[in-house]
Amino acid sequence: MSSQDDLDKLLTKLHNFHGGLHLPEHKQESLQHPIADAGLPQQLVIPLRQHIGRAAKATVKAGDKVLKGERIAEAEGAISAPVHAPTSGTVKAIEVHAIPHPAALPDTCIVIEPDGNDQWTEKPAAILDYLSASPDILLQRIHNSGIVGMGGAAFPSHAKLLYGLKRNLHTLIINGAECEPYITCDDILMQERADDIVTGIEIILHLLGLERCLIGIEDNKPDAIAAMQQAIKVTSLKRTRVIEIPTIYPSGGEKQLIQLMTGEEVPSDGLPADIGMVCHNVGTMAAVRDAVLDGRPLISRIVTISGEGISEPRNLHALIGTPISHLIQAAGGYTDKARQLVYGGPMMGISLPDDQVPLTKGGNCVLALSENEAPDPEKARACIRCGKCADVCPVKLLPQQLYWYSHAKDFDKVQDYNLFDCIECGCCTHVCPSNIQLVHYFRFAKTEIWKQEEEKRKADHARRRHEARTARLERIAAERKSRLRKKKEDLEQKKPAAGKADAGDPKKAAIEAAMKRVADKKKAAQEKQQ
Amino acid sequence: MLSAILTMTILASLFGLLLGYAAVRFHIEGDPIADQIDQMLPQTQCGQCGHPGCRPYADAIARGEDEINKCAPGGHETIIALADLLGRDPIAMDEDIEIRPPSVAIIIEEDCIGCTLCIQACPVDAILGAAKQMHSVIESECTGCELCLPPCPVECIVMEPIEADIRSWSWPYPGDQPQLAQEETPVEAQA
Ligand code: SF4
Ligand code: SF4
Ligand code: SF4
Ligand code: SF4
Repeated sequence: MSSQDDLDKLLTKLHNFHGGLHLPEHKQESLQHPIADAGLPQQLVIPLRQHIGRAAKATVKAGDKVLKGERIAEAEGAISAPVHAPTSGTVKAIEVHAIPHPAALPDTCIVIEPDGNDQWTEKPAAILDYLSASPDILLQRIHNSGIVGMGGAAFPSHAKLLYGLKRNLHTLIINGAECEPYITCDDILMQERADDIVTGIEIILHLLGLERCLIGIEDNKPDAIAAMQQAIKVTSLKRTRVIEIPTIYPSGGEKQLIQLMTGEEVPSDGLPADIGMVCHNVGTMAAVRDAVLDGRPLISRIVTISGEGISEPRNLHALIGTPISHLIQAAGGYTDKARQLVYGGPMMGISLPDDQVPLTKGGNCVLALSENEAPDPEKARACIRCGKCADVCPVKLLPQQLYWYSHAKDFDKVQDYNLFDCIECGCCTHVCPSNIQLVHYFRFAKTEIWKQEEEKRKADHARRRHEARTARLERIAAERKSRLRKKKEDLEQKKPAAGKADAGDPKKAAIEAAMKRVADKKKAAQEKQQ
Repeated sequence: MLSAILTMTILASLFGLLLGYAAVRFHIEGDPIADQIDQMLPQTQCGQCGHPGCRPYADAIARGEDEINKCAPGGHETIIALADLLGRDPIAMDEDIEIRPPSVAIIIEEDCIGCTLCIQACPVDAILGAAKQMHSVIESECTGCELCLPPCPVECIVMEPIEADIRSWSWPYPGDQPQLAQEETPVEAQA
């Protein structure tokens, strides 16, 4: 399976995944300039939950002075990640603040006012001999550095690696596909920091005890491909290959990328680890390198600012917690075409009501789209069962069936059609001639199912407590009853004895007297007869 | 021919014995239908259905003594689930039943006189406190049944609606979509 030959065969033979779309790329706009620094905003707002899993717990309080890189919130539980101060300054408050969220709901954030000195805390020592370091030490460093998947999903990286260590892996997949239109932050990172990404790959390969690594990059990024190939050449990595994949959305989906490069399919409901692979994003690799070799936690990232609504579309290196409004100013501000703000890409991103939300660890792109780029969706009509949605679905689902059952809120049926395999790529919505917001239905159904499961859990909990209480009350009642019965019995036992003592005698005497009288009479009668 | 009949007879009696044994050995106490109904009720134990708790209501439905549309906390979803389970048509919520937003009880602690009456009323032991001590509600355990309100002599318990926060949030139903016509069926069902 993993011989040298088959590795090189992969280079010549590419596979396909089902469906997918060719979308207008809009990538060049933001590639006109090198990465620029976004600068220090007046205030940083750092959400405690920037990752999948449990929110981090604040370890500072309002008024505290913090240094750059200092931990300000610790991980809670196995799937969580700590959070660090992106610069030095004062904690102004720990409060709820608007965050990038589909319903613009607020969440708890640490608000820091920078002091302008950007003064580092004492960083943990570099692990220079990382190729002989134990996996535990590397894992610990990755965990302590607050690294999460930087491709958008923001799953805590150490948890993913830890899970990988327990499985029988043979290949590390590095995701540099960046298939969504407009986004170029991974592209430019590969162009500018290919060596660092490859160092990160070396660390992760060593950590997982792997040799084989496939780096998938869409063929619309020739500069990134060249840079990565060059960077690999100068290392000792013998079994790492850059694979040029066709530009087709969503090639950057974990499962789609694996299928494109290896022809292997991750089973429905399964993870890449089920077929011996684990997938990480190129940005995450650079962050791993920074954590291990520089002792630098994840406090900044590259983010693409683009769309017709932005004066100078570009990529910015920005501190986590920087307000979106500040990022847009750093990209020349809005043009008068700006109409809709999107956090993430145009296919899978969420629209933002305003720019007063902070950049998070998973935030790869901010778009200000024009009317032309994001027209109001036309009114939906009834499904005409054209089947176009099923043709483009990269997971080979049947979106029209999923739509039918989500619409009818038949959550059992919708799961029979593998709702949870849907990666919410939006291909189906994009092609639907009836303008049905299919993905919206699927998101609704997924969150509704989770909600019902939660309600069920709560109901079971309440039932157990109620049963426990009923049992306790019954026991108390039974005890009281048996105590009462015992008292009564005791009383009754006493009663007869007492009766003999006081009420018995006169009766007995009366009876005896009567019997004596009868006997006397009999005696008298006998004497008369004689 | 004869041997075939014989084999079948022996097999049949063997399975009969096996099933009989299984029925005795794996006998489940209680009424399985009532159990299943109880599984679908929200366990708020509020008594709005007119029964002293969810289980008695489940028993009443199982015996055919009550309708399936009396549970306010369960809402329309529960009616649909029950209809599904019992093979009936879903019906509208009973008109006398008032649906309240999900809430938790909060004791205004300054006013609490520590009479313990609310503790005795709470069906899920969600209230903590001792005689003549201030009481408080364990929010995570409170089902919002409101049973503790009437016994309180100083009316210091109030119901607070649960705020929809980021963790309980779910994507809204895409409402502006056209209704599917009644006779439309999924593609697969037609084929
Ligand atoms: S693309 Fe739209 S109209 Fe066509 S089958 Fe799918 S949901 Fe129906
Ligand atoms: S959003 Fe889901 S159902 Fe639609 S095409 Fe993508 S994976 Fe398939
Ligand atoms: S109305 Fe209240 S007591 Fe009755 S079944 Fe529903 S939650 Fe339970
Ligand atoms: S505290 Fe009150 S409202 Fe909450 S479960 Fe107990 S009795 Fe019901």
